[in-house]
Amino acid sequence: MSKVVIIDYGAGNIQSVQFALERLGVQARLTHNKEDILSANKVIFPGVGHATPAMKSLQAKGLDKLIPTLTQPVLGICLGMQLMCSFSEENNQNGLGIFGATVKKFLGQEKVPHIGWNDITLKKSNLLKGIKKNAYVYFVHSFYAETGSETIAITNYGQNFSAALQKNNFYGCQFHPEKSGELGQKILKNFLTINK
Amino acid sequence: MLTKRIIPCLDIKDGRTVKGVNFKNLIDAGDPVELAALYSDQGADELVFLDISATAEKRKTFAELVNKIAQKINIPFTVGGGITSVEEARTLLLAGADKVSINSAAVRNPALITELSNAFGSQCVVVAIDAKQVDKEWVVHLVGGKEPTNLSLFDWGKQVVELGAGEILFTSMNNDGTKQGFANKALQKLSTLVNVPIIASGGAGSIQHFADTFLLGGADAALAASVFHFNEITLPNLKQELQAQGIAVRS
Repeated sequence: MSKVVIIDYGAGNIQSVQFALERLGVQARLTHNKEDILSANKVIFPGVGHATPAMKSLQAKGLDKLIPTLTQPVLGICLGMQLMCSFSEENNQNGLGIFGATVKKFLGQEKVPHIGWNDITLKKSNLLKGIKKNAYVYFVHSFYAETGSETIAITNYGQNFSAALQKNNFYGCQFHPEKSGELGQKILKNFLTINK
Repeated sequence: MLTKRIIPCLDIKDGRTVKGVNFKNLIDAGDPVELAALYSDQGADELVFLDISATAEKRKTFAELVNKIAQKINIPFTVGGGITSVEEARTLLLAGADKVSINSAAVRNPALITELSNAFGSQCVVVAIDAKQVDKEWVVHLVGGKEPTNLSLFDWGKQVVELGAGEILFTSMNNDGTKQGFANKALQKLSTLVNVPIIASGGAGSIQHFADTFLLGGADAALAASVFHFNEITLPNLKQELQAQGIAVRS
């Protein structure tokens, strides 16, 4: 049986991710234990809230060093994905540098936070396989990752930004698959079936 | 394109869904977990659960209910009702809620908005404002509309955003329960003053009322209870009609 862990570093609302996996028949463990994370087949790195306290909490647990060395599929969600980027304008916080993208604050005419269901334009990726064009997923965030070569899904809100990123075994979603209805469940299922 | 959200609201008392008309006359409208799952399946974009239980013991029941809802449904939901501290909010967020909504506590202790925003991010913090138009003024009311304040909807709206609110849920007490439509003029004015999403609440009676609050009121989301609870408007039908009027909704 495949072992799935959710990195527990004090970020809020990780139980929703755990419940979403339960609905897919997977019992994921919450952990910040290094051995536990290293031995997992799949690692989920969730997060809501502020970049700086989240990064401090990762550092306190030594997870900032561990996460970039992981070789199994890793999925960062929302702030988790942003922390995997190189740098965030949120309090000018350095990230884990897994993705080259930088994270910026929405500064256009649009309302901030970007809250609600928005469509994604897809590039080819095993994370988003089987997802149809103009699929709607749920976003709630004030900062966004720029688009670049690692972008696998784009959303427009005032400007284009990365709705999802991928580099090697590392994946990230700005949206919340655990809150994006059936479609989100499908994306999580895709992640669970990615071969190492 | 970001779509307009339709948000069924479930008032919860002692673990059951109830709906107040003009904040009075509660009628039992069913089991919240079942109702939540039904709305989610029908295409609700989000849900709001307001706990109107009075006692601390019942509040514990609410946290347990929040946990059951999170287990069952895969769309976002906000919880509110009587939250007065970061710790109370944390309990509900850890139980699986996505956002918390505060109302009277925000007026009594505006620093709470900032504390919540610092602890969980502004995207987690909805400030609910109940206001009533008295003469020309929109006066903010507390305790489910019972207690008037000296705050104006528009000043208070601007202030809560400065303090860290990520969203405003504005209920017009004049419209609530009337089924005569949302307070679109006030909504429109509020939306020009603040740069966070606004949820319109109070007055939904027909599909056109939803269309109007998006087109005329500039609302980002519309919340309603009894029209959904008593099946007067169904979500698939509502969304189809909104789409036909050129309003972007998730289908």
